[in-house]
Amino acid sequence: MIRRTAIFLSALTLFAVIGPWLAPYRAADAFRDFLHAPPMRPHLDGRVNPLVLADRLEQRFEPDLSRTVKLPWIEQDATAPVFLLGADDFGRDVLSRLLYGARTSIGLSLVATLGAVLIGALAGAWAGYRGGWVEDLIMRVADFVLVLPVIYVVLVLRAVLPLVLAPSTVFVLVAWIFVAVGWPLVAKGVRAIVAVERNREYVQAARSLGASPLRILAVHLIPACGGHLLVQATLLLPAFILAEATLSFIGLGFPDPVTSWGTMLAGAGNYNAIARFPWTLAPALAIFAIVLLTNLLASKPIEDRG
Amino acid sequence: MGRYLLTRLAFALLLVFIVSSAALLLTRVVPGNFADQECLTLNAEQCRALRDRLGLDRPLVEQYLSWISHAVRFDFGQSLLYSRPVGALIGERALNTALLATIALLLATIIGIPLGIYSGTRSGIGRAIVRAVSVIGVSMPPLIGSLALVFIAARTGWFPAGGMTSATGAEQTWAAWLADLAAHLPLPALALAIPMAATLERLQSEAIASAAHEPFVAASRARGVDRARSILRHAWPVSLRPVLGLYGVMIGSLFSGSFIVEVVTSWPGLGRLMFDALKARDLFLVAGCAATGAFFLAAGTLVADLLLAYTDPRVRSGERA
Repeated sequence: MIRRTAIFLSALTLFAVIGPWLAPYRAADAFRDFLHAPPMRPHLDGRVNPLVLADRLEQRFEPDLSRTVKLPWIEQDATAPVFLLGADDFGRDVLSRLLYGARTSIGLSLVATLGAVLIGALAGAWAGYRGGWVEDLIMRVADFVLVLPVIYVVLVLRAVLPLVLAPSTVFVLVAWIFVAVGWPLVAKGVRAIVAVERNREYVQAARSLGASPLRILAVHLIPACGGHLLVQATLLLPAFILAEATLSFIGLGFPDPVTSWGTMLAGAGNYNAIARFPWTLAPALAIFAIVLLTNLLASKPIEDRG
Repeated sequence: MGRYLLTRLAFALLLVFIVSSAALLLTRVVPGNFADQECLTLNAEQCRALRDRLGLDRPLVEQYLSWISHAVRFDFGQSLLYSRPVGALIGERALNTALLATIALLLATIIGIPLGIYSGTRSGIGRAIVRAVSVIGVSMPPLIGSLALVFIAARTGWFPAGGMTSATGAEQTWAAWLADLAAHLPLPALALAIPMAATLERLQSEAIASAAHEPFVAASRARGVDRARSILRHAWPVSLRPVLGLYGVMIGSLFSGSFIVEVVTSWPGLGRLMFDALKARDLFLVAGCAATGAFFLAAGTLVADLLLAYTDPRVRSGERA
């Protein structure tokens, strides 16, 4: 379970890093003659029939059966671009934007997950180790945050900040907001583990050898929670990806020129677009796939038990 | 029991108080207020008059205390954005959200619990199908689910894709209005219900599978009780505890989910109202929405916990379970 989870997390990280390099076009490349072009299906030999505009009024395209072009990774022709997942309302390649958006969406979620796990682990470990009023206070706050509906908290925190900000500022701010709503779950589990582990022999041995509380926490107790932290990270990551999509969808996330799965959905989420250009919903499918993978990973131990 | 109820009610009141105060203060202290946008089209004097009238330049403490003293008398002030009493505005919208959430919760229960009992007590192809569908359902958060359902609605025309009623403008009979509402309800309710139904199915399945292995179930079978009856009358009630515990947790996600569904399907609910109020910095409306939301949240968790106490005699008698 833990090994599989670690592999899954590193695979997602890798995807976020190298995603844009796999994209055939840049995220901002707009082909004005191909607004809302439908997805094109390559032939078995890897060649594609280019699209021609069949009806300007209906914005209907048809494949030009008389000639073929190569896939965009091999050779690009500016007059006959190849859209394997179709094009959006600016004539930008949905596949390329999906790959670029992965860096923003998964990257933000990874940073936020890391922050939430770190802060959750520290708060939980401190509460579990110190006990007393520190524990009471931290756990009361954690319980309070857990009761609130996440989206509303995120919404209020984001909405009270200035609405128009630079993309990098948005990245940092939203990551902090996600950390603020994500840490309690981690902290609760860590506190429970630490409260048990602190009475074990190895901790007593460390204490009697004169190790400081900080050292005991950092070297002995927090590593003991490793498995729990990894599992929590796996659960938080898709939740944050979804939260970014939701925020950007309602216009409180990244501003438009930034490519993220949320901003892509914001352009695709109205009735007209869904009915006529459903391929622009590709990021929704990507999010679904990630959540599904996470759930399959998380549900495995139940199956194993029989 | 009486004491338990009292502490819970006190906690509920505290939650409503903290959440609404925090919402009001947060909206008040951040840069930018409602008058900023209005003033773009006014001259300096009119602008000052407007600020004066709305009381936006009063000191924070004074403003907060006056709001609190009115709020305890159920007077939540005037909405700046709509120029209407906040209470009346919220009343309409909260009803819409409550309707959506209730129907979704019912749907999730009707779908999730029987399927969970089935998949937890059977083996074979039927169980495998239910399991597979429920993994997909769990992975279908309201944002994705509502987009997918709008897509299906747009392609097939089986049900209207947005809104709460078709805006015909003409006077309608009660029956026609109700039928119209019933036609618009399935899409948002289903989008909200799918992940909840799947979660319920998985938990119920696990709970009843472990309850079915208890000795008293085997004993009931040995006494000659038939299989269906021994599962439904003996194993199921025992398995209910974790399932009912989930309802308390689900109330929060029900609220989160209903906001997204309201945005995607243009359902005129509390979530959209609060969103608009936040964007316009309409502080009294924000605070009112937050208070209402917190009230629903507290009431929902309380009902769920009482239900739990009712089905589990150990909780009822104050014994630690």
